[in-house]
Amino acid sequence: MIPELGNFALMLAAVVAVMQGVLPIAGTLVRDPQLQVTLQSLARPTAALQFGLVALAFAALAAAFLSNDFSVLYVAQHSNSLLPKPYQFAAVWGGHEGSLLLWVLLLALWTVSVAVFSRSLPLDMVARVIGVLGLLSVGFLLFILITSNPFERLLPAALDGKDLNPLLQDPGLVIHPPMLYMGYVGMAVAFAFAVSALMSGRLDAAWARWSRPWTVIAWTFLTFGIGLGSWWAYYELGWGGWWFWDPVENASLMPWLVGTALIHSLMVTEKRGSFKAWTVLLAIAAFSLSLLGTFLVRSGVLTSVHAFASDPKRGVFILVFLAVVVGASLTLFAWRAPRVALGGRMELVSRESLLLANSVLLVVATAAVLLGTIYPLIIDALNLGKLSVGPPYFNAVFAPLLVPTVFLMIPGSVARWREANVREIAYQLRWTALGAALLGLLLPFVLGGWSIGAAFGLFLGCWVALGTAQQVLLRLRKPGRIAASFWGQHTAHLGMAVLVIGITGVKCYEVERDVRMQIGDVVTIAPYTFRLNSLDEVRGPNYKAVRADVQVLRNDKIIEILQPEKRRYFSSAMAMTEAGIDSGFMRDLYVSLGEPLNDARTEWSMRVYYKPFVPWLWGGVLLMVLGGVLAALDRRYRK
Amino acid sequence: MKKVLIPLVLFIGLVIFLAVGLKRDPREIPSPLVGKPAPHFSLFTLEPGDTKFSPIEMQGQVWMLNVWATWCVACREEHPVLVAFSDKNQVPIVGLSYKEIQPQDPAYKSPFDEKLKLARERSQVWLKRHGNPYMTTVMDLDGRVGINYGVYGVPETYVIDKTGVIRYKYVGAVTPALLADKILPLIAELNKS
Repeated sequence: MIPELGNFALMLAAVVAVMQGVLPIAGTLVRDPQLQVTLQSLARPTAALQFGLVALAFAALAAAFLSNDFSVLYVAQHSNSLLPKPYQFAAVWGGHEGSLLLWVLLLALWTVSVAVFSRSLPLDMVARVIGVLGLLSVGFLLFILITSNPFERLLPAALDGKDLNPLLQDPGLVIHPPMLYMGYVGMAVAFAFAVSALMSGRLDAAWARWSRPWTVIAWTFLTFGIGLGSWWAYYELGWGGWWFWDPVENASLMPWLVGTALIHSLMVTEKRGSFKAWTVLLAIAAFSLSLLGTFLVRSGVLTSVHAFASDPKRGVFILVFLAVVVGASLTLFAWRAPRVALGGRMELVSRESLLLANSVLLVVATAAVLLGTIYPLIIDALNLGKLSVGPPYFNAVFAPLLVPTVFLMIPGSVARWREANVREIAYQLRWTALGAALLGLLLPFVLGGWSIGAAFGLFLGCWVALGTAQQVLLRLRKPGRIAASFWGQHTAHLGMAVLVIGITGVKCYEVERDVRMQIGDVVTIAPYTFRLNSLDEVRGPNYKAVRADVQVLRNDKIIEILQPEKRRYFSSAMAMTEAGIDSGFMRDLYVSLGEPLNDARTEWSMRVYYKPFVPWLWGGVLLMVLGGVLAALDRRYRK
Repeated sequence: MKKVLIPLVLFIGLVIFLAVGLKRDPREIPSPLVGKPAPHFSLFTLEPGDTKFSPIEMQGQVWMLNVWATWCVACREEHPVLVAFSDKNQVPIVGLSYKEIQPQDPAYKSPFDEKLKLARERSQVWLKRHGNPYMTTVMDLDGRVGINYGVYGVPETYVIDKTGVIRYKYVGAVTPALLADKILPLIAELNKS
């Protein structure tokens, strides 16, 4: 009964979404002023109602999971009576259908937030933005109802469920999708603002100011979501990697890169009224890339560890939806942009020109990632063969594009608006540059070996860190209240510096030992010694595991006992690796169990890694997230 | 002036590629073995005893090699299609039972003879239940023959010509459409030459 209720709520939500999408926008087109107000005023209540209905559907599905209702096909496929309760709830978004429902729920949540926090906006703008978001909701709700209904019944009911994929039974993965989706879907708000501005023909500073906080919040969620995914891959997949250039990772990186460009471009548009067309295009692109990511994951056109079981009908639907949404908005752009987007003039050297250079670099980097991701598909479509594009391509192309981007962060935030002077900037940054160069040259010796890559990476990281510190110190000396957005900007920039140093450190100084170990065996990665103490059988709620006890010694003193596990889940016979990690400030010690090498299971292949600076990766991401939160909290946005 | 159209044009190009890509299967992998002689092997057959089978016995006729196992879920889906196909067509299909006893199986560590016996029993029960489209089935217990053939996943199907050269390979469950549109015409052509 409850699943039918959920299904019905979802259908009603689709009907309400159509009203939310059509009526308020119609209200901006009719002539009669009375009718205008009536229709436009429908935006907020329909958005609220749609959210309520989708939330009801979501609750119905969650209830089916928590009550082990295996007569619902989706529940039978993704849950099990032995599965711990929190994971039963998280299993709601553990598969294709439910994760789409989560997506729609979050879209409705964003829409309601816009409805609530838009009191200062003119009614016609609110009507357009909520209308555009409503049309997007219609698309996704139809997608669910037509191709991916999570409420489908299974007759006769299964005795027990197939269980949630063991890879997903992890706290990191419970919150990774909601965070990532908040980011993806949040880009829809920036998109809706841009499309509304194009519709109204008023591409002005006000539009940019309204979009900014929403874009920053979406970017913050996206950053956090990507970071979580990376962290999870690091400790759960058991090979110590944290970024694999998998098509689905790329699908999340592309909106992030464009979103980063968008945040900065919006600032210029607000402050100086320049490059409006470019900013609108970035807003359209950020959300389009989120949609493209959805297409790549859900259609099965690419092989990826993340790809859900594919169904050609779904691929066709998303492709048509993508073509309609992006095609229509780009057409609108081509039609309106020449008339409305006459931006201000710009000097060759100024803060705006440096920010523009940076956003162009970010867009080029995005294009490079996009090309690498869909290149196999293009080659196949042209009948030129089958191939795959791997990390060497991405590293070779991405790094050279990122280096100038990161370098320009400092001159970009020091330079004056309107017109700046190169010599003046150079003079201002001379000590910072000298300090960063010295640190870049010398730090590698301390860290264990000089190489050009290490020196360059450390220089870049120190450059951003010192440049950021310099600006903060200069500002502190001046009187006056410091805006939250100032702290936001510099915290996020510092996060980038920490991330760059972290990446350099891991890449240049990690030590990996793949060894064969028996109880009592010892591996040494100076100054640490790893000793395999024991191997025990342990039992979890829905799995059995072999747990190794690995003592880590330094100067003959035990500093840590690591307990990596190899789990075998009852329902799937799939083996899962839980790495044992000791995190310090400067390094991780990482041990994971490979495979048993003899019948008695007393000898195992093991990975023993020394991973310097890995905590800096997560620290950098968290600083960026904190920066985003601070920027979004700025008082200006609450007026 | 027309600069504003650039994003739209690029996007339309992208959609065209995506639309074409949607019709392709990223899992359809061309095998380097197509056009090469089928690797040699000599393996015990399903029937109890010491009978062995080798591809040399098939010289002079066009035949199919189908990789399967009782633990393979997709094989269950494919099997009725193969049974119907073998009822109607005079193409010999040789089954290759691939790694019937999996590593997590308790019997995995038993001696070879016991494993062979168990694998034969299981496979025979399975074929009795689901029908037997195979002229014979050979037991590739350790999967070595599978490695030589570049087995990517079970099931897989190969078409081999009169001279023993692999002409076609398909990864995944064959469908009636694939048999009718691709495999049967190919076999007819190979039989003519």
